[in-house]
Amino acid sequence: MNTPHRIVTPMRRVRGLGAARSGTRDFWHQRVTAVAGIPLTIAFMIIVIALMGRGHAAVAQILGSPLVAVVMLLFIVNTAYHMWIGMQEIILDYVHDDRLKLPSLMANTFFVFAVAFASAFAVLKLSFGV
Amino acid sequence: MADPEAPTVDGASRPLSPHLQIYRLTLTMAMSIAHRLTGAALYFGMVLVAWWLIAVAAGPNAYAGLAWFMGSLFGRLILFGYTWALLHHLLGGIRHLIWDTLHGLEPVERERLAAATLVGSIGLTIVIWGIGYLVMGGSR
Ligand code: HEM
Repeated sequence: MNTPHRIVTPMRRVRGLGAARSGTRDFWHQRVTAVAGIPLTIAFMIIVIALMGRGHAAVAQILGSPLVAVVMLLFIVNTAYHMWIGMQEIILDYVHDDRLKLPSLMANTFFVFAVAFASAFAVLKLSFGV
Repeated sequence: MADPEAPTVDGASRPLSPHLQIYRLTLTMAMSIAHRLTGAALYFGMVLVAWWLIAVAAGPNAYAGLAWFMGSLFGRLILFGYTWALLHHLLGGIRHLIWDTLHGLEPVERERLAAATLVGSIGLTIVIWGIGYLVMGGSR
């Protein structure tokens, strides 16, 4: 018992705050965005179904109306954050080599920002009618 | 988890838990995998949402192109799959949130919840598409 042994306990992981260096914050935010996502996703589905098959003018007008636009923006922002955390979790589960892990995490961030900004911009443009 | 390769205090190597392929596939396990797969599918599916919104914002011509694609058989298949994935992930997510409160974890309960996720998502998908075709007369 007196030779120095390497004893790795979960404490080491906690000190390093996990593979993404951010502790349990992501886990909690994943739950918060999941809870918020329940009504927002249902609202999103109702909006899509209501717009199905309508002409361009009607779709543009409805999507740009304040209530629908705000719900769509909330759905976009909430989902973007939720799926960013979710994909990061998937990447951290399967990709262990830093040379691949860091670019994958970056690509996740780029993808989410691109999709979210494109979607949000379109809704805002329809709302402000420019 | 601790490093499985690390020697224990007495110097013996630690036993490893069985490999994924050694487990018998259970319903809860399959639903867990399905939750991850639908999450990943929806992740890339958000491109469709962005495309849809951008097309509407871009004007009638861009929208006509999107409407044509979504109305095609291939487009409808994608939308049908997207509907199911969204509903399955939504119900699976609710199941996860229930489990997070330490409810529904007993053997019979968790099997029921997992089955409810599958039956519910398939049933709701059919109901929604049924409404879409019957009440709204399909593609207008
Ligand atoms: C289009 C919308 C959505 C997208 C793109 C999305 C995406 C994802 C992704 C990529 C993951 C990671 C999967 C994993 O780690 O196995 C995830 C996990 C999760 N999602 Fe979603 N999601 C969406 C909607 C929702 C909604 C509406 C809920 C509401 C209940 C929800 C609840 C959850 C939960 C609880 C987890 C964590 C599961 C776990 O820890 O294993 N998601 N989501």
